[in-house]
Amino acid sequence: MPVDYSVSLVLPALILGLGALALLMVGAFRGEKSAELVTGLAIAVIGFALLAVCYAHKGDTLQGYDGAVVQDNFGRFMQALALIGSFATLIMAIPFLRREGIHKFEFPILILLSTMGMLVLISAGNLITLYLGFELMSLALYVIAAFHRDDVRASEAGLKYFVLGALSSGMLLYGASLIYGFAGTVSFHGIATALVGHQSIGVVFGLVFLSAGLAFKMSTVPFHMWTPDVYEGAPTPVTAFFATAPKMAAVAVAVRVMITAFPGIAIEWQQIIIFISICSMVLGSFAAIGQTNFKRLMAYSAIGNMGFALTGLAAGTEQGVYGVLIYMSAYLVMTLGTFAAILSMQRKGKAVETVADLAGLSQTNPAMAFFLAMIMFSLAGVPPLAGFFAKFYVFQAAIQANLYFLAVIGVLASVVAAFYYLRIVKMMYFDAPAESFDRPDTAVRAVLAVAGLVMLLIVVYPAPVVEAAAAAAHSLF
Amino acid sequence: MMYDLIVFLPLLGAAVAGLFGRQIGHRNSEYVTTTLLSISCALAWIAFFRVGLGHHDALVPVANWFTVGDLQVNWAFRIDTLTAVMLVVVTTVSTIVHSYSFGYMHDDPHRSRFFAYLSLFTFAMLMLVTSDNLVQMFFGWEGVGLASYLLIGFWYQRPTANAAAIKAFVVNRVGDFGFSLGIFLVFLLTHSVAFETIFAAAPGLAGKTVHAFGIDADAVTLACLLLFMGAMGKSAQFLLHTWLPDAMEGPTPVSALIHAATMVTAGVFMVARLSPLFEISPAAQTFVIVIGATTCFFAATIGLVQNDIKRVIAYSTCSQLGYMFVALGCGGYAIGVFHLFTHAFFKALLFLGAGSVIHAVSGEQDMRNMGGLRGKIPITFWMMMIGTLALTGFPFTAGYYSKDAIIEAAYASQRSGAAFGWLMTTIAAGLTSFYSWRLVFLTFYGTSRATVAPETTDHNAHKEPTDTHHASAHGHEEATVAHDTHPAGAAARTGHHHDDSAAAHGAHDDHGHGHGHGGEPHESPPIMLYPLYVLAFGALFAGLLFHHLFIGEGRESFWGEALVYGASNHVFEDMEHVPLFVSLLPTLMFVIGLAVAYYVYLMRPGTAERWASANKPLYQFLLNKWYFDELYDLIFVRPAFWLGRLFWRGGDQGIIDRFGPDGIAQTTLGATSWVVRFQSGFLYQYALVMMIGIALIISYFMIVGVR
Repeated sequence: MPVDYSVSLVLPALILGLGALALLMVGAFRGEKSAELVTGLAIAVIGFALLAVCYAHKGDTLQGYDGAVVQDNFGRFMQALALIGSFATLIMAIPFLRREGIHKFEFPILILLSTMGMLVLISAGNLITLYLGFELMSLALYVIAAFHRDDVRASEAGLKYFVLGALSSGMLLYGASLIYGFAGTVSFHGIATALVGHQSIGVVFGLVFLSAGLAFKMSTVPFHMWTPDVYEGAPTPVTAFFATAPKMAAVAVAVRVMITAFPGIAIEWQQIIIFISICSMVLGSFAAIGQTNFKRLMAYSAIGNMGFALTGLAAGTEQGVYGVLIYMSAYLVMTLGTFAAILSMQRKGKAVETVADLAGLSQTNPAMAFFLAMIMFSLAGVPPLAGFFAKFYVFQAAIQANLYFLAVIGVLASVVAAFYYLRIVKMMYFDAPAESFDRPDTAVRAVLAVAGLVMLLIVVYPAPVVEAAAAAAHSLF
Repeated sequence: MMYDLIVFLPLLGAAVAGLFGRQIGHRNSEYVTTTLLSISCALAWIAFFRVGLGHHDALVPVANWFTVGDLQVNWAFRIDTLTAVMLVVVTTVSTIVHSYSFGYMHDDPHRSRFFAYLSLFTFAMLMLVTSDNLVQMFFGWEGVGLASYLLIGFWYQRPTANAAAIKAFVVNRVGDFGFSLGIFLVFLLTHSVAFETIFAAAPGLAGKTVHAFGIDADAVTLACLLLFMGAMGKSAQFLLHTWLPDAMEGPTPVSALIHAATMVTAGVFMVARLSPLFEISPAAQTFVIVIGATTCFFAATIGLVQNDIKRVIAYSTCSQLGYMFVALGCGGYAIGVFHLFTHAFFKALLFLGAGSVIHAVSGEQDMRNMGGLRGKIPITFWMMMIGTLALTGFPFTAGYYSKDAIIEAAYASQRSGAAFGWLMTTIAAGLTSFYSWRLVFLTFYGTSRATVAPETTDHNAHKEPTDTHHASAHGHEEATVAHDTHPAGAAARTGHHHDDSAAAHGAHDDHGHGHGHGGEPHESPPIMLYPLYVLAFGALFAGLLFHHLFIGEGRESFWGEALVYGASNHVFEDMEHVPLFVSLLPTLMFVIGLAVAYYVYLMRPGTAERWASANKPLYQFLLNKWYFDELYDLIFVRPAFWLGRLFWRGGDQGIIDRFGPDGIAQTTLGATSWVVRFQSGFLYQYALVMMIGIALIISYFMIVGVR
């Protein structure tokens, strides 16, 4: 594996970082009025970073900076997903922030910085880079969670997220130090080599703590407790961001660490992942049934979905990783679409958030009802929509790895989960119409429509995603 | 091509009227179905002469239906004389009934549906009679059953009509169960369901046995009995007859078409079609005779005391079907089919005539409230007169030829049971004469007993009263008994009845409009009378014109290969040598029945009541139809309901639902509320949960260790 110090290895992150600094200048000098301009430019910057991810070092696997950074298909695939998440949420955020009177130029810059953290995290090749990216991503997230600082709930959400996030960072760091202590290196490859024939309980402990930190970011049980409160309290575009881009980064790094650094103690980390996965799937499915707030419901939905995605990782095979990648792609699109719908839910300029507000939507806004229904069916795993194939691949991988128990629980949990997704469809199509919503903004409608169409079209023309995911999964092994 | 048209034109009509009735309107639906059926009818007559006289028998393949292993089933038409006769009967009566319904149903809001059903029925019946294999026959068999169900329940707002429709369907299921088992057995024996192959193999089957339930049964006999079970259901024979009288809940044209002239004769057709099988099983034939003879006597006795004009005719139909089966059982297949042919005319005539009477008296069906209608509706009176003469066997009318031939055949036949058949049919002939003339005398003679004319006088033909004492639902039978125990004709009773009737009128008056006839009986419109003329012609002359072909010297060339007679079957030869008194006896019975009826109802009115109170148990027994409904209610319906409730309440709700869907849903909700309670909102608890989580995993690895 060639080693170099080329700038091009970190080009996308560099674009975001430099862009963020430049935009900060623009904002600082032009004052509060510059919010619109800065947001527009930030979207452009993310677009450039996305291009860089897609076209730089296409297909190569490279290491740089003494193994601190890895460039491979897997990383690029997940980076692309994270960037798409940021891109879409930023587009959708503008009208909302404007309406709520919190449209400040810091917001897009924080998004850029957080996204930069994600890119670093995803391409991390050792524990130091991992922690660096982790903290860069998280610090920005703490701030934007409380971005609506006059709102009590948002402040509470930000504070809770910050305290618990700090706790999880501490655990992660503690785990990393344990691993370093027992393996004598921070490099993933080094750890893998060191562990061959020298498994010790200390490394396993380190791994447990490390996993706890990552699981916190993935919002998986039992490190999920912040999720419902933060999702509900944070401004909706922020929630949309939380639900998409950081999840991509967290899952990506979890997969990379487990697969590349700890093949030597695969049995142990598989048990951890299985435990987390089962708890998440079950809790996510059951707890969501009791929710009336749509954002809170989506929090539990996210918990459950992360659980499903981790069944693929639990398999520990290339097929499993492939399943995870497909699952995360589908999850990204479905979540963006759902949040586009939530952002469309406003009456007379005021946002409404309960599921009951969707009653009879098919009569007041048939197009929105149709696309949201598509997405809900997809989330419920109804064939032939994307969500079905996502679940299919992860469960298939679990079964081929002889994890029947896990697959069966997963299928049963998805049956329970189907209830609350389908209840939304039922409300939209069979209940008496509530007062109609305001006409949503173009950007939001576009995201919803694109998400709905992707759900449908992915079945007709899956090649780009499927091939890229296969290549990405292959690059890890 | 011609045969395709005959069969499929009615289907086309049904599809047009059924699917597009709303778009094209009622009137157009009526025209479309009736026109298409008329074409079909004209072609059927052409076919009749081509096949019956010209002997252009044919096997017309239509399509392959399905092929599974040995089992190959085709759609094909088997055209021979038997089919041709049935084609003529079905299409003619159907066309007549279609045009009669123009008038009878003129203000029903669902006319196009009605006509669609009628045409659908006709299609299914044609499919049945043209079938070239047992499966296709079963298709038609079920098709007519469906159409019958739909038409009995045509006025679906009436609970009694629905109950009657379900009853007809369920009772027929019993018969169809036997029929399908019969088909399976025949396939087992011959590896085919096509008539051609079955008949070719039939002689070789004699003496074969099948082993079932530890008994070796004669294979052909068993097959015949099972198939005959289907015939018993469809043709309302003894034990499976209970649905037919209740089927009178349907509109009267339906009674005429389906429950008199065509569908109920499907059983007769089936036995005639399968004559090669029945011929080699004398035991089955004996069974057919016994059932037929029992039915013909039993139904006639009930007919003696019924008061509802349509029910009298319904029991008469039941009884006449019994005659046909006696003929078939005696080996006189041609005679049975001949009676089917003539019966279609005069029984359809009687029903449509009764419909005309009911129409005239504003929906009244109880003969005790009629009387003296002769002068008011003379045309209808004469039509009914002709029908009655034909039914009772007045010399040279249609019934005279066919029914008398059956009685002679029963006397002449060598089959065991034939003597019983002869006795029963002869007695039934007298009873038939009595109840038929009773109907005529009660309805048309004497003075009007309609003292309290139905107040509403709305002249909606379809408002045939829903008398509670005609309730067919089993749950209502207690009411029935209580209601009917009043002596017939009591003045108080009459008034009481009218209250019911009026209430029923009100209840079902969905688009009530009175024509303001002031209750005065009135003749039906021409559109309803013309069909009667056609049928009257048939009732008078069908016997005279066709007996030579059907059962006389010309029969062998006429039937060709359609009916098969075994070597030991010489019933026709024997019939020529019956003693004179046997030939004259039916006519004598006719005279006796007429004389008694005349005495009881015209010379000495009131005699009937005296006789009834003198023989109260017997009268009650007959009035309540031999208590068959009550008996079945006790033996089958109640236990079935009990078992159903047990499985429903105990099994389904109590176990499956409770521990299945409901239980799981309940548990899920419980789990949800438990999980949600965890989300307290307190930061320290959240942190605690994380810590506990990590402690659990660590402890686990400490206990388990590393590999």
